[in-house]
Amino acid sequence: MTDALSKLLSTRDWLMADGATGTTLFNMGLQSGDAPELWNADHPDRIRTLYQGPVDAGSDIFLTNTFGGNASRLKLHDAQDRVRELNRLGAELGREVADKAGRPVVVAGSVGPTGEIMAPMGPLTHELAVEMFHEQAEGLKEGGADVLWVETISAPEEYKAAAEAARLAGMPWAGTMSFDTAGRTMMGVTSADMVTMVNKLAHKPLAFGANCGVGSSDLLRTVLGFTAQGPEIPVIAKGNAGIPKYQDGHIHYDGTPELMAKYAVMARDAGAKIIGGCCGTTTEHLKAMRAALEGTPTGPRPTLEQIAETLGGFSSASDGTGEGAPEARTRRRRRG
Amino acid sequence: MSDEEDDIILSELDNEELVQQMHDDLYDGLKEEIEEGVNILLGRGWQPYQVLTEALVAGMTIVGNDFRDGILFVPEVLLAANAMKGGMAILKPLLAETGAPRMGKMVIGTVKGDIHDIGKNLVSMMMEGAGFEVVDLGINNSVDAYLEALEAEDADILGMSALLTTTMPYMKVVIDTLNEKGKRGDYIVLVGGAPLNEEFGRAIGADAYCRDAAVAVETAKKFIARKHNQMAAG
Repeated sequence: MTDALSKLLSTRDWLMADGATGTTLFNMGLQSGDAPELWNADHPDRIRTLYQGPVDAGSDIFLTNTFGGNASRLKLHDAQDRVRELNRLGAELGREVADKAGRPVVVAGSVGPTGEIMAPMGPLTHELAVEMFHEQAEGLKEGGADVLWVETISAPEEYKAAAEAARLAGMPWAGTMSFDTAGRTMMGVTSADMVTMVNKLAHKPLAFGANCGVGSSDLLRTVLGFTAQGPEIPVIAKGNAGIPKYQDGHIHYDGTPELMAKYAVMARDAGAKIIGGCCGTTTEHLKAMRAALEGTPTGPRPTLEQIAETLGGFSSASDGTGEGAPEARTRRRRRG
Repeated sequence: MSDEEDDIILSELDNEELVQQMHDDLYDGLKEEIEEGVNILLGRGWQPYQVLTEALVAGMTIVGNDFRDGILFVPEVLLAANAMKGGMAILKPLLAETGAPRMGKMVIGTVKGDIHDIGKNLVSMMMEGAGFEVVDLGINNSVDAYLEALEAEDADILGMSALLTTTMPYMKVVIDTLNEKGKRGDYIVLVGGAPLNEEFGRAIGADAYCRDAAVAVETAKKFIARKHNQMAAG
């Protein structure tokens, strides 16, 4: 294994990823509804600043500004013919910042969902999804991304399509899903389901896990669900800095740097190897997380009670794993 | 499950059993079976409106409740809505012919600047599943687009969706404009989207914030019933 992420994973007990991209860009003046990816071409300095933040705060991995850089999302901004260019630029700027860091920093090419519902329920076929992700992957590869970083996925079909695209592009990859609906993804995937799915993939990710979702408590419950399955692949925890609150006309995430520091330590104790933030996680949060991860010895696996006590309660009583999970009605008819 | 349970002959069931079976078939998203069930009930002389409410809407209510309670998830709901749609396609022309009471009509779309539409699409499907007429304006709607559609469609309900913290304040712009034009009272305004909450809904002057598609349906029903009562009293 010669890729940068595998190297770091083999030499370190834990790695710190980055925090929020959207939150940071909005603070830099991104207007609602604008495609952040266009800034890779129009405001490269702001994107360098975006990347420099986590590097200076001690992140070992940062994600490129290419989350919505697939044809389906860019089409909404009439930029579907700029997929390759915007992804290449996003990765190039990342390469530039990482190579000047003076220590190994991984440039992770962010790949977000298409926003379409996959067949047979929706219009997006596997082939089309693979094609879109592959196009994006080639741009990221061309720009020098070390790995592809698939994130905020809800549907297993979409996760599999991204895996296939990474294989076609010859890229190592990592991939996280968003567990935001009663502890499952919007499409009903539990943490245990995800481990089963990842284990069956032909082109396996270097790491898998959860990002975004509800709050940091829910995210850690998901991590416990992953590690309970004894996965061989390293686990990623990238949770939001609390929950968004609407205050005086703007949005504020209620998680403090102190809280995120506790979250980071608990995530490691729960078995996560790559730990970062998501929405609302600023460089202040990242600095506190880095300091806590370095200054705290690894402890025992936290219980759900300890997580709730330290970080706040869960959004639902169950996350669909273990006992007490709500069950669907027994189906009376069977198709012949 | 034993073998003899595999083959349920819908036409051999009495009305009560058939309606129960249709609730189960909706739950399982079996479109052809729902279409068959609708035709059988119509053939037995049921009014289209009775088929709609007792077989389809009641069945979708069960689906909606289990979705709300985290028992069913989006894929199952989409399948159920699809099965419902099959039944509705048969009933729709008949309902118009028989002058059946309207559940209500909703104009829905994501607000200006917001292109995230999965939540909005789910609400559309669940509302249709509950028997409402839905006019979907798609994404990125201006005040003018909403107002024109409300008027042209003679709608009862306005549904606005936003997924971004930066676009949700636009909902207030739309509601303020309705107020300025003296039309706010003509419509039930429901808002939804991941970053919203009840407090926000109240702050901008919406009638209600709806946490998910199932809640949106229940809330719409409640407000429509209230509106009908007021009309009856007035």
